[in-house]
Amino acid sequence: MSQPIITVNHLKKHFGTNAVLNDIDFEVEKGEVISIIGSSGSGKSTLLRCINLLEKPTAGVIRFHGQDIQAPGFSLSGYRSKVGMVFQTFNLFNNLTVLENCVVGQTTVSGIDRVKAEAKAMELLDSVGMAQYIAAKPRQISGGQKQRVAIARALAMEPEVLLFDEPTSALDPEMVGEVLNVMRKLARSGLTMLIVTHEMNFARDVSSRVIFMDEGVIAEDSSPRAIFSNPQNDRTRAFLNRML
Amino acid sequence: MPSSFGEWVIFFAQKYGVFFLRGAGTTLVIALIGTVVGFLIGLAVAVVRTMPIEDNSPRGRRIFYRVVRWILVAYIDIFRGTPMIVQSMVIYYGSAELWGLDMSPMVAALFIVSINTGAYMAEIARGGIISVDKGQYEAALSIGMTHGQTMRKVILPQAVRNILPSIGNEFVVNIKDTSVLNVISVTELFFMSKSAAGTYMRYFEVFFITSVIYFVLTFSVTRILQSLEKKLDGPDSYSIHGSQTVPEAVIKGEA
Ligand SMILES: Nc1ncnc2c1ncn2[C@@H]1O[C@H](COP(=O)(O)OP(=O)(O)OP(=O)(O)O)[C@@H](O)[C@H]1O
Ligand SMILES: [Mg+2]
Repeated sequence: MSQPIITVNHLKKHFGTNAVLNDIDFEVEKGEVISIIGSSGSGKSTLLRCINLLEKPTAGVIRFHGQDIQAPGFSLSGYRSKVGMVFQTFNLFNNLTVLENCVVGQTTVSGIDRVKAEAKAMELLDSVGMAQYIAAKPRQISGGQKQRVAIARALAMEPEVLLFDEPTSALDPEMVGEVLNVMRKLARSGLTMLIVTHEMNFARDVSSRVIFMDEGVIAEDSSPRAIFSNPQNDRTRAFLNRML
Repeated sequence: MPSSFGEWVIFFAQKYGVFFLRGAGTTLVIALIGTVVGFLIGLAVAVVRTMPIEDNSPRGRRIFYRVVRWILVAYIDIFRGTPMIVQSMVIYYGSAELWGLDMSPMVAALFIVSINTGAYMAEIARGGIISVDKGQYEAALSIGMTHGQTMRKVILPQAVRNILPSIGNEFVVNIKDTSVLNVISVTELFFMSKSAAGTYMRYFEVFFITSVIYFVLTFSVTRILQSLEKKLDGPDSYSIHGSQTVPEAVIKGEA
């Protein structure tokens, strides 16, 4: 059996006395598209943020290709460039144009020369339908457009895994579709994805696996079909009844 | 001898015109260099003060950071907490007495204004840095940038843009406050005015001219900085880059 890309063991995260993640265990295999669902405050964002160490775990081990990402000497920068993140609030670099947003990581982190980096950025922006807007600043484009650029920015680093934290929840309804379409295309291309989402239809149709989180633990982890048509856990059932 | 206010003003403007201009030039040079150097000092101090200290970094380094920060805070407190006129006296005469340093008044002036401005700028710049949305920082980390790269490419450009009005403000304050340097005989505008006025014992007329010059200086600087700010923001609109289709054609086609 091939080694998982990411392994999470006994992950715990406390904010003060608030235990947000309690003993999380799971693995991510190459090519999986995992949707993480669950009610607000169940710890979904915290889990994603722990995975790329924007949040420091209180306890537990996270491995990337078998290597402990918290070990001294582990290249966090290199790791983060291979595990990209797409944020709910886009977080495009406000001081840079659309094109520069997709170039700056390549040139500063990966040391790719400018010409190549721009070519790659153009190609990716084209694939998310944003090639026309390369000269625009983030404040000049719509939410849906921002999120597509943010996805292109993450892809420019050639990540092995992309983490999405509710990529469409800050969008007006009519813009949700354009972002989901891009994500659907990515899923089909074989990219490994971890998606925190409230879009149940998307979770059901696109993902290969669904994780239901409840009060800081993984309450159910199964195929979309199993979870949506025959949830084993009462809390999952109650949650889905509310959502669908 | 001139007899009315108007005549005296004209008299001084003609007789001491070059004198006033030289004083104004010195004032402007000290204020400009002091603001620029003060800005660089302030930025550096703010960058160090906002550096995250990991709990797991070596003990020695943590202590080192703490000491450095303590020194920087002391610097800010002392220079913001005492008047520049007093700092001028202490530094100019102190350096001569303690270390036998024979600074020219101009060198002392540049040093004093820079270091004084630096203390204010340090807090302004820190405010600018921490007011940049945390998401910007996280996004930069998430594509693998180090703290230093994040600061250089993402945070500082935004922070500096946001504090430009305050930097301009400091510049204007400096143009006016260089007048205190007359106590260490820097030949700036106020000093020059005082000498001119003393010769004829006409203080009102001379300082009327002086105030007009100060106002013209601060007013022009304010306007220049405002237009500079606009320019830095870039164009309000952007041009669409047509790939296969010419944008005009698309627009016509839709109409
Ligand atoms: N930086 C923080 N400091 C303190 N508490 C935090 C912090 N971040 C998150 N929490 C708490 O952790 C809990 C889980 O938050 P988290 O954002 O992971 O939930 P979530 O499942 O993503 O919810 P949502 O669907 O609303 O985004 C919440 O109770 C929240 O208040
Ligand atoms: Mg969340």
